[in-house]
Amino acid sequence: MTHDATFNTARIVDLASLPTGTKGIIYAINGGRRFISRLTTMGFTTGTGIMMMQNYGHGPVIVLVRGTRMALGRGEARRILVSV
Amino acid sequence: MTHSDILANHQAREDHNTHTASPRKRTLRIALAGQPNVGKSTVFNMLTGLNQHVGNWPGKTIEQKIGTIHLPDAEITLIDLPGTYSLTANSPEERIARDYIIREQPDVVIVIVNATALERNLYLVAELLQLPVPIVVGLNMLDVAEQNEMHIEPHVLEAALRIPVIPLVATRNQGVRELLDTARQIAEHPETFNPSRPAIRGPHSEVVHQVQTMIAPYVPPPYPEDWAAIKLMEGDSEVTEIIKAATPPEVWHQIDTILRAHEDAFLDIVGGRYAWVERMTRAAVIRPSKGPITLTDQIDRIATHPLWGLVVLSGVFGLIFWATYTIASPIQAWLDGELVQPLAMTAGAILAGAPAWITGLITKGLIGGVGTVLTFLPILIIFFAMLGLLEDIGYLARAAYVMDRFMHLMGLHGKSFLPLFLGFGCNVPAVMGTRIIEDPGTRLLTILLAPLVPCSARLAVIAFLAPAFFGRYAAIATWGLVTLNLIVLALLGVTLHHLGHVTSHSAFIMELPLYHVPNGRTIGMFVWHNTMAFIRKAGTIILVFSILIWLLSALPPGDVGQSVLARLGRALVPIGQLMGWNDWRLITALLSSFVAKENTIATLGILYHSASEGMDLAQRVATALTPASALAFLVVQMLFIPCVATMAVIRQETGSWKWSSISIALLLFIALVGGIITYQAAVLIGLGG
Repeated sequence: MTHDATFNTARIVDLASLPTGTKGIIYAINGGRRFISRLTTMGFTTGTGIMMMQNYGHGPVIVLVRGTRMALGRGEARRILVSV
Repeated sequence: MTHSDILANHQAREDHNTHTASPRKRTLRIALAGQPNVGKSTVFNMLTGLNQHVGNWPGKTIEQKIGTIHLPDAEITLIDLPGTYSLTANSPEERIARDYIIREQPDVVIVIVNATALERNLYLVAELLQLPVPIVVGLNMLDVAEQNEMHIEPHVLEAALRIPVIPLVATRNQGVRELLDTARQIAEHPETFNPSRPAIRGPHSEVVHQVQTMIAPYVPPPYPEDWAAIKLMEGDSEVTEIIKAATPPEVWHQIDTILRAHEDAFLDIVGGRYAWVERMTRAAVIRPSKGPITLTDQIDRIATHPLWGLVVLSGVFGLIFWATYTIASPIQAWLDGELVQPLAMTAGAILAGAPAWITGLITKGLIGGVGTVLTFLPILIIFFAMLGLLEDIGYLARAAYVMDRFMHLMGLHGKSFLPLFLGFGCNVPAVMGTRIIEDPGTRLLTILLAPLVPCSARLAVIAFLAPAFFGRYAAIATWGLVTLNLIVLALLGVTLHHLGHVTSHSAFIMELPLYHVPNGRTIGMFVWHNTMAFIRKAGTIILVFSILIWLLSALPPGDVGQSVLARLGRALVPIGQLMGWNDWRLITALLSSFVAKENTIATLGILYHSASEGMDLAQRVATALTPASALAFLVVQMLFIPCVATMAVIRQETGSWKWSSISIALLLFIALVGGIITYQAAVLIGLGG
């Protein structure tokens, strides 16, 4: 799934490579329908702002989405693309 | 179904209710919905007290809680729906929640929302508004929101939603009464319920309408047509099956073509609901201007750090065990000395004239069984209290997060850590606790691993025997035995994962709630609930099997050495000899641990009773064994097949005899191999003499 808006200057990276303290906007989520459905219903919709709260470069990450702290496995974070 | 139909429907049931209820008392059915971590159980407990019935949803292993509220002028049945983030068909919990609302049509649904995560919580409200049922919102955890400098105006939110919004601090019982009163008002006057409803955004709204028109003649009652159309567009597997079965093939073919052309529609539908939520909350929420650097983030710098997080976790771990055993052991001893023994003696005195087998059955079988269950309770209650405290302040989710990277080695993820941790108290709640894991394969693997977590009963056996067996090396031997169990658990996990038959990869997505001040009442209910579940499930089974084992040891009457149990033990001596046990009594004790792990001690007590006086039991057993065979005995005791209560819940939770048998076979094999290797290795290094 992709966000309709075009980002001429924006860079698209996967969430796992977003350093602690930086913000992005969810651009797309790769994966099966069920995975996407679980994430979107929990607030990870395209166009939503997301902030990396903790990323040590290995292991799971913590992000802030819609005012909630969510833990994500590293594999899951790699499947979320954000524009920064 | 249009809005006026909904009202007509409610009116009809309204009349029905008035008709069947006694002239003065109304009966109402209220369902309680909400996402996880919103304090829904606290609200449920505040409203119903201990007037609750806990069971399972029909045909499911998902817990169902139903409570009754007796009011002077009304009887209210409160149904606690499973906590769900949405109402898709992604999980059995979500299906149960929506099926209940659609099929059973409660008079009103109370939705508890967490003020600190309002947007995501209102998503569930957006989904519920597409079902034909009136809703009341309980806006909970306002105190936690204020602590985090979030300010929410309930009346502004109410005006936007056009749904009653009741501010709550459920832990202090604030607003709970008003919530119930408002729910009653709406239930009695559903015509006053006229909420704002989310619309579908973008080009798909027309397609939804088209699909609705096509399926309208075929949608089986009680499913609402508009809801069914939306769920079809969302790709909902369950609704797709239902509509497919109900429509003629040529019509379904047309619908299917439309659905395939709009496979991305569910993003618009979910996005539309969130856009609606954003509109609803825009004026009602004032967020902190400084940005979200809160106490939670400060604590998490340490508590979720890859290294410090582990240090904190092992500290917490140690503290739980220290507290559990320092507080529980004296209580256990007191219960045994002041309650169980006098009870057995009194019963023995009363039954003095009765035949010996009746006296034995009651004093040894029945009271012995009750005693076993009773001595578990202090350990479990304190363990549950500590766990409830950690859960309530929000730490447990962090423990799962910290452990995630290690659980991945076994093809599991952080969430599996929580039930396994529970296993240190008792394997029964551990197996039941795997319900929090969404993926069936991951859940099955966690269930198979759970019996390898050394439970408090096994630790009690070790604590009893190790000092006599190993003297001043007792502590290090105990530590080694626990570590061995965890290593075996990890190896089995890695092996089963790589065999690939048991597990499938599931996503680790978990909410980390804000830390907050714990509430005594919430923890109290957690302890009560878990302890009662243990007594109901494990207690009764242990009792029955205690009596059974006593019968095996008492038949035929006379010498215990000639009993069925003793013969069974003797028959197994050839296997025991591989581990250096020439004594059938050890094998018999091990067999009886199938009833409850700490029965090992009770059985040894009976069988070694007549041996040399003046020594305590552990010493008597120790003198009969070489260090190598003693070590092998403890290893097997720790790894042995799960107790009968754990077996029963494994059967219940997996719904399969096959996996229950595999679990037994696997653990039996591991225990024997572990015991033989330990013995042979110990003999090699000279511990055989």
